[in-house]
Amino acid sequence: MKILVCLSKTPDTTAKITFKNGNTQLEEAGVQWIINPYDEWYALVRAIELKEKDPTIVLHLLSVGGADLDPIIRKALALGGDEAIRVNTTETSDSFYIASQIAEVARQGGYDLIMTGKETIDYNGASIGGMVAELLDLPYISAASKLDLNGTTANLSREIDGGEEANEVSLPVVVSCMKGMADARIPNMRGIMAARTKPLKVVEPVDAEKLTTYVNYELPPAKAGVKMVSADNVGELVRLLHEEARVI
Amino acid sequence: MAVLIFADQAEGHIKKATYEALSYGAKIAELTGTTAEAVVLGSVSDDLGALGQYGVKKVYHVANEALNHLDAQVYTKALAEVVQQSGATVLVFAHNLTARAIAPRLSARLKAGLVAGAVGLPDTTNGFVVKKNVFSGKAYAFVKLNTDIKIVSLNPNAYKAVAGTGVAEVVPTTITVDSPKVKVTSSDKVAGEVPLTEATVVVSGGRGLKGPENWGIVEDLAKAMGAATACSRPVADSNWRPHHEHVGQTGEAISPNLYVALGISGAIQHLAGVNRSKVIVVINKDAEAPFFKAADYGIVGDIFEIVPKLTEEVKKLKGIA
Ligand SMILES: Cc1cc2nc3c(=O)[nH]c(=O)nc-3n(C[C@H](O)[C@H](O)[C@H](O)COP(=O)(O)OP(=O)(O)OC[C@H]3O[C@@H](n4cnc5c(N)ncnc54)[C@H](O)[C@@H]3O)c2cc1C
Repeated sequence: MKILVCLSKTPDTTAKITFKNGNTQLEEAGVQWIINPYDEWYALVRAIELKEKDPTIVLHLLSVGGADLDPIIRKALALGGDEAIRVNTTETSDSFYIASQIAEVARQGGYDLIMTGKETIDYNGASIGGMVAELLDLPYISAASKLDLNGTTANLSREIDGGEEANEVSLPVVVSCMKGMADARIPNMRGIMAARTKPLKVVEPVDAEKLTTYVNYELPPAKAGVKMVSADNVGELVRLLHEEARVI
Repeated sequence: MAVLIFADQAEGHIKKATYEALSYGAKIAELTGTTAEAVVLGSVSDDLGALGQYGVKKVYHVANEALNHLDAQVYTKALAEVVQQSGATVLVFAHNLTARAIAPRLSARLKAGLVAGAVGLPDTTNGFVVKKNVFSGKAYAFVKLNTDIKIVSLNPNAYKAVAGTGVAEVVPTTITVDSPKVKVTSSDKVAGEVPLTEATVVVSGGRGLKGPENWGIVEDLAKAMGAATACSRPVADSNWRPHHEHVGQTGEAISPNLYVALGISGAIQHLAGVNRSKVIVVINKDAEAPFFKAADYGIVGDIFEIVPKLTEEVKKLKGIA
């Protein structure tokens, strides 16, 4: 059994987002980078749990991008996993291009289970998993909150609009992971030491199209300021919401 | 040409988010001088001709029972065939969970650029550029689609559904549909409840509620307002509320017309998921709570006293006894 977990880096959740060069680029100065929480807390930790249950599982981590990803990849390896692969490219803005790189690594590696986070918290595309599944012609379970393996079958729960459903599917499958799947972990000293010597293979990208271009960015307009209502006059709030804001 | 809108259905009924997508798609068709058409997969009990009210001229209906349940792989193949039959060059989805499952697949299959989470109409003065939500509500990006076929997945509450008088021609469509590889073993739907991401009003509770046993006041207010309920992350983490109610940077990003925050401090990660709400009301006993800075209306006070009163006032307004 071989599992591939895809990891992306994103600005830390407390990062203040600003742009430079005429709002065409993210201002990276002062931004701390983390592993995209959905990739780390849910996809990676669940994969590690599956491997703890069945140590014969081979767990590979994959990230697409430049050498600046290496510290993030080492941090992920400190949590678990046998080895990591980085597809070496500076082209990381188009989901289809990235998905094409992941699909190529997946083809070469013959994985039974490919896991991604539900979405990244920076570009919010929620696209990579679906694209990889299509490129590999595999079934895709998106927004999964539970995942168990029984032989060559995966049992999952996934979010649907207004509820949840349980799914059963034969491997191989692509799964995008969200809350519920596992609890966040912090790497321990042994993990950090072990991560230093785990293989991190760097491979070159394959040719792929880019379907989109990010032209520029905009910050949301600032709020006009809060209007305070006295706790003794709740009716006034309802009146304002009805007559002024017109939202109820 | 043509703009093709995917009209998403659940249990035979067209979803509310779809109406926004239909109106949005019809507007794109108008702006680009073409016609808007819709596609419906699976058996439906709704009158599909009525989708014409939202500006679509034709509805392709693939009434195959294998499509009653979402299997991303099967849906994608079916949709790709309808795209081909209709010759559509712009595809529109409502950015809900179904769209997140199939739009990326379709993008890869058709080599069609995808904007996931669009918040405005495309600008076609120089190509096809669409504004979308990025950094979980902290910013917007303008994304250019470089491909012949373009896919736009529209954020909920980003475009108003406008119903007119038209009637669409329903075109029963036969295509080969694969049998699903994913088996649905059980399904748990919260009946009648408004899905959080589609809700126009959301009432949300934080740690200030003290425990799950106190959620009655949140639910009563939500009911009076016709709102969906949400919560902060620690609330979901402590299993006071189900995970799907968790909003914020690592939960659901929502953009209702009205967001009412009860006993939530307003941490940056929480705000990231809710700051695109049109109007924010904050009720917190701490006048220094950061949430007030992001609010439109605020009350400093104890939620346990204020919320029941608020519920009564809302009921009065709506004439609910
Ligand atoms: C990586 C990361 C990701 C995160 N992602 C998210 C996310 O997606 N969503 C999210 O919500 N959080 C997220 N958080 C957590 C976030 O930082 C805050 O800890 C969390 O939002 C706080 O939740 P809260 O406001 O419910 O609780 P608290 O911060 O404890 O606030 C409770 C509030 O209730 C008020 N209160 C108490 N009693 C009453 C009363 N009787 N009447 C009125 N007011 C009262 C208090 O004054 C206080 O302001 C994340 C954190 C990290 C590190």
